Amino acid sequence: MTINWISITAILPLLGALALATLSKGAELRAKQIAFATTIITAGSAIAMAVQFQRDNTDLQFVEIRSWIPSFGINYAVGIDGIALVLILMSVILAPIVILAGWNEAQGGRWSVKTFYILILILETMIIGVFSATDVFLFYVIFEAMLVPVYFLIGGYGTGERSAAAVKFLLYSLFGGLLMLASIIALYVMSGAQGEHTFDLKALSQLEMSSTTQNFLFLGFFIAFAIKAPLWPFHTWLPDAAQSATPGTSVLLLGVLDKVGTFGMIRYCLTLFPEASKTFTPAIIVLAVISIIYGAILAIGQKDLKRLIAFTSISHFGFITMGIFAMTSQSQSGATLYMFNHGFSTAALFIVGGWMISRRGSSTISDFGGLQRVTPVMAWCFFLAGMSSLALPGLSSFVSEFLVLVGTYTRYPVAAIIATIGIILAALYILIPVQRALHGPTTPGNENLTDLNLREKLAIAPVLTAIIALGFYPAPLLNVINPAAQHVNSQLGFTDPVPTVEGR
Amino acid sequence: MIFNSPSLSYSLLAPILIVLAGAIIGVLIEAFASKAIRPVAQLTVSVGALILSLTQIIRIRNSTSTTAAMGSVIIDGPGILFQGAILIIAIISLFLIADQDNFTSSAAALPGSDEESQASQSGTVLSEVYPLTLFAVAGMLVFPIASDLVTLFVALEVLSLPLYLMAGLSRHRRLASQEAALKYFLLGAFSSAFFLFGAAYLYGYAGTVSFAGIHSAVVGGTGNDVILLLGIAFVAIGLLFKVGAVPFHAWSPDVYQGSPTPVTGFMAAATKVAAFGAMLRIFYSVAAEAQWQWRPFFMVIAIITMAFGSLVAISQRDVKRMLAYSSIAHAGFLLTGVIALNKSGLEASIYYLFAYGVATVGAFGIITLVRDSAGEVGDLNRWVGLGKRSPWVASAFAFFLLAFAGIPLTSGFIGKFAIFSAAYESGATAVVIVGVLSSAIAAFFYIRVIVLMFFTDPTEDGTSIVIPSVLTRITIFFALALTVLLGVFPAPLLDFIKPLAIFIR
Repeated sequence: MTINWISITAILPLLGALALATLSKGAELRAKQIAFATTIITAGSAIAMAVQFQRDNTDLQFVEIRSWIPSFGINYAVGIDGIALVLILMSVILAPIVILAGWNEAQGGRWSVKTFYILILILETMIIGVFSATDVFLFYVIFEAMLVPVYFLIGGYGTGERSAAAVKFLLYSLFGGLLMLASIIALYVMSGAQGEHTFDLKALSQLEMSSTTQNFLFLGFFIAFAIKAPLWPFHTWLPDAAQSATPGTSVLLLGVLDKVGTFGMIRYCLTLFPEASKTFTPAIIVLAVISIIYGAILAIGQKDLKRLIAFTSISHFGFITMGIFAMTSQSQSGATLYMFNHGFSTAALFIVGGWMISRRGSSTISDFGGLQRVTPVMAWCFFLAGMSSLALPGLSSFVSEFLVLVGTYTRYPVAAIIATIGIILAALYILIPVQRALHGPTTPGNENLTDLNLREKLAIAPVLTAIIALGFYPAPLLNVINPAAQHVNSQLGFTDPVPTVEGR
Repeated sequence: MIFNSPSLSYSLLAPILIVLAGAIIGVLIEAFASKAIRPVAQLTVSVGALILSLTQIIRIRNSTSTTAAMGSVIIDGPGILFQGAILIIAIISLFLIADQDNFTSSAAALPGSDEESQASQSGTVLSEVYPLTLFAVAGMLVFPIASDLVTLFVALEVLSLPLYLMAGLSRHRRLASQEAALKYFLLGAFSSAFFLFGAAYLYGYAGTVSFAGIHSAVVGGTGNDVILLLGIAFVAIGLLFKVGAVPFHAWSPDVYQGSPTPVTGFMAAATKVAAFGAMLRIFYSVAAEAQWQWRPFFMVIAIITMAFGSLVAISQRDVKRMLAYSSIAHAGFLLTGVIALNKSGLEASIYYLFAYGVATVGAFGIITLVRDSAGEVGDLNRWVGLGKRSPWVASAFAFFLLAFAGIPLTSGFIGKFAIFSAAYESGATAVVIVGVLSSAIAAFFYIRVIVLMFFTDPTEDGTSIVIPSVLTRITIFFALALTVLLGVFPAPLLDFIKPLAIFIR
């Protein structure tokens, strides 16, 4: 008997949410415990799945197909390759960390603590589903339905202009989603005209269509993903959302959900529309490079810590997108690894930043000063998270950034060279707040801040450990990612350019 | 001279006859029963008649006949489906209508007159709304199965006249309610005239009023195409008026706002099913071969209806008016199903009509619960903070709004997907693109209400949620459950529709 690992892993958080729903409103501690236990069990299940993953097998694994809406040819179909596995692992590992780190962050919400964790757990189910769906319709359903819990998480539990930020997030995403829906309808109708109505990703990728059609459909998908990722100029919802959301929500939003955008580019844009992807590559590379530089420059100018992290993410997503569309196996492996690492380094920044903000009662960078003396552990954690974000060699994000740049250089040297400016700017946008907030004399208002307690140390330790460990030894992840990335690339009919040396 | 007694197939006509009988019994109850037992007796008889009628529909679901009533009606799969949908919507609407708080105690009295205040003080309860509802339902049951223009017109009037009266029955804001009734009546009469005018042209074109005759004249192509075009256009205007398509929508916001809310829900949901049922029959089976005459016209109507409904809804401050404009936008989405003119378009339209109708009744059911001392509160500004005070009611309403917006995992999404893909399949790409963009615009105002309910801090102004009666609860719960089920597991209904959705001639 085969065990449907994906479905089991995905259903666990939902069961936890149901258990939470039966709790009384006052049982806050119990709600947190159940939520935390659920995410730990889910992570365990996902790791058990990962252990059985055959890394050299480029086919989809743990495939499960059940008929869902037969009259439209829609199936509940899931399966994962190396790329999806890595992203699922990242998500399920971050979930318990987010809950543990933000143990008290649901208190300021409009609704009960219980509801907060119900939303988080529902979201986790959907995240696992969205990364593993192989039926385009199923993917779309989860892609859109996911917006609802996030919307309520931002609007209900955030700070400041939370409802405006939540609406902005929702409308941007819905607009992109509807463009994608138009493309999906077109694919569906074409599949009917060329055989049988289906949403199977593999069957759809073999459709014949004119290059004009392909270009339009590609844009429908790509714009939806570019809003999600977010790529300049579709990014403006992100800083508002990140500023208003709780740190935990921000981690899930930027660290995990936005990866659906870049993941979608690989899984759907490249697979379904290889020709159109090649057509649009130059334009997308340009957008990606603009994102890298633009995000970095704006990050330097931010006064608000959360907005700063949001803009650094825009810069990082530029790197990821560039890596995906450079279409070399190195750059794509790098991009996937980047997604994983960005999840962890952003999580570290938001989590530690969130602690700093809640202790100080302000998110303005200039309100902090000299934390190094008052709260050394917290300051070191933030420092390390920042170093990871600027891709210091020896930390995990360096490997991925390097791979992306090397991979891109072989095909688009100019873009790669301009993108390296982003690395220099990264040093600025991280080191300036680090210097202001952590070093120097302790400024008034910061004298009495308390350092991390045991729970917080336990929450951040695995993140920082992963950042350092994978920086020295990324092989376990790359071994899983590389075959999948090469497979994607070979489907596109690309071979890696051989580096040439002038003058020979 | 020999008279042949008409041969009627009673079992096939039974659904309609049962409802009519229920209506007549209702009139007798109103006349003779004592005040104390009247409401209970009326509700029992009406619901009983509708359920009986529905069971008969289920029994005859696989029958087809063109001669059930001497060629005046066609019993076929789509007809049965429309009738079933109308009956289910009518049953759950009746539970809302049963909440007598919404209805005036003396509809005939002038608003604000002594007579009226006497009637309300003496505690008079009139329950004429039940037989009126049943008469309207009977008309709606005939409308989608009518197979000649005269039957169609009679059905149109039978369904419309009770609705005009029902619109004027509101207990609160009597003037607005009577204005709604008058407006509905005048514009309805106007559209009936258009319809008859068109019917006359079609008779002149084909020499017959029967659908089969008109169809063979269309196929034969011997008639004058200009007359055919005029006939189709005017008949279509009559029908488009009923569904509230732009530019024939002007009545709907006022009528939706002024009518008693349960009536609004019933009217919005059931009339749409009946009118689209008739429209689909005419354009799919009678005038399908003349598609070059009407399809471009319908495409334009669909595009402006979707865009206009969505755009104007944004600026509405009253929840019923907002839903009125949203229903205009939905009429536009449904028109894309008419334009599709293929089998999947028919299936999608039936699914959409049912899903939309059920959600609409549920949504209006919730509106009846939000009240202050002067009755229902329609002003959206006073819905602020509802999520805090009554999270369940607000969540249910939010869910219906998400269904209207077509968010996945609600019935609205499946309907939208089905209808747009059918329209795309038929090559109406422009209509689909406008539809998708309108959905994006529409999402904005649905979400705005959610923001008001959940994310805006409440001000103390005495708006309160009344504890729903058991019947209202049943309606809302049933509508909610169907909206979820049809969104997550639509397969059973889609599979049920598929073999039945074939028009016969």
